[in-house]
Amino acid sequence: MSIRHHLSDPLLIAYAAGTLPEAFSLLVATHVSMCDTCRAALAAFETVGGAVLQDSAVPLAEDALAAAMARLGAPEKREAIAKSDAGAKSDAGAKSDAGAKSDAGAKSDAGAKSDAGAKSDAGAKSDAGAKRLPKPGDLPAPLLDYIGGDLTAVKWRSLGMGVRQAILPTSKGASARLLYIPAGQAVPDHGHRGTELTLVLQGAFRDATDRFGPGDVEIADEDLQHIPVADAGEPCICLAATDAPLRFSALIPRLLQPLFRI
Amino acid sequence: MLLDLTLHQPIYGPKPANRRMSWRGVANSVTGRIEQTDFTALMLAVRDQQDRAAFAALFQHFAPRVKGFLMKSGTEAALAEDCAQDVMAVLWNKAAQFDPARASVATWVFTIARNRRIDIARRARRPEPEVLDWGPDTEPDQAEIYEAGQETARLVAALSDLPEKQRALIQRAFYGELSHSEIAAETGLPLGTIKSRIRLALERLRQNLS
Repeated sequence: MSIRHHLSDPLLIAYAAGTLPEAFSLLVATHVSMCDTCRAALAAFETVGGAVLQDSAVPLAEDALAAAMARLGAPEKREAIAKSDAGAKSDAGAKSDAGAKSDAGAKSDAGAKSDAGAKSDAGAKSDAGAKRLPKPGDLPAPLLDYIGGDLTAVKWRSLGMGVRQAILPTSKGASARLLYIPAGQAVPDHGHRGTELTLVLQGAFRDATDRFGPGDVEIADEDLQHIPVADAGEPCICLAATDAPLRFSALIPRLLQPLFRI
Repeated sequence: MLLDLTLHQPIYGPKPANRRMSWRGVANSVTGRIEQTDFTALMLAVRDQQDRAAFAALFQHFAPRVKGFLMKSGTEAALAEDCAQDVMAVLWNKAAQFDPARASVATWVFTIARNRRIDIARRARRPEPEVLDWGPDTEPDQAEIYEAGQETARLVAALSDLPEKQRALIQRAFYGELSHSEIAAETGLPLGTIKSRIRLALERLRQNLS
């Protein structure tokens, strides 16, 4: 089983540049956790970022170096960093570890989190050699973080016909949700005003364009009017992110839309 | 949808016979311009010996660039200067995380500066991919470290060879001025060129991951 549908270059570049809305970043981070191809492409685009930075020098204040040298304390031990990262990730609210806080002035929770960008190798993970596609109930770390647990911890709301969803808390500009589609079931026909990204976590779905299995991402723009249908045999669980509300063609879902925030 | 990519070799497709040749050509053409300072060696001295002189040298080079990067990203000068200090402090404090086989110092500094910029904007969290362990205590290959260190220099040279308009677009994308849909819609963005330039980096990274 391999991933056939990957993130687009513009999405990877925007993620590398740090400009994606949070819901999209969550989907990108989750896919990259499952996909070595996109992980490598992301690292390569970050190299482009490094080259752009190399080309951006502006003179500093005269005493800048002296000020910097005066600030240098004992660097953090590798283990301490890994530990404080884990702390910052699992509990954004109550951070006790000095490690995550010590470096930058006024750091919000978001700050402590995004600071993890530099820490791509904290060495805290264990089963890297193992297959990274999720087993049932086994989700990539970024998603676990947003759900606050694995799939059993998801608070589903019914959308009718056995289809369920759970909105994940992200900032404005785009929304993220988990979708549960029973085996063989269709999601109501819908188009999009903006971009909709759908990442399959478990099972598979098919629409007019192709079949999407675990790890695959469908990138749907305004032009795609589609009816995703879950494969028979297994329910399909997806992470979907949109930067505009969906647009249903049928009347009933359209009336329900404000209620369900889909 | 992917702009002019169709005009170029698919990056994950079959190898064109002349790919190696063309890369060697690129490397040779920029050899003279690759910077003299070995930032990787300086960074390893900071990481492994807490070498303050090496840090000072890195600061002299990178702090003005971080400041410039943040200013071009729309940060006002005084704040950008403070943040450059913060970014360099992270470089010192979190030096243990620097892995020379994975990224050049410039790339690593870029990711720290980018995250600092997101902090400033206080826009939103930016979830990170799961961390990969690249195997217990594998000694990084010297050739790999060298390659990772050279990538930035090669890319800087490649960017400077681009027409001004195209270079400006890449810069705007990484300064955070373009949204993903603007990047997708921007037909002047030389994605194909970027991808051919990062092909070596991609191959190296994919080999490491597989």
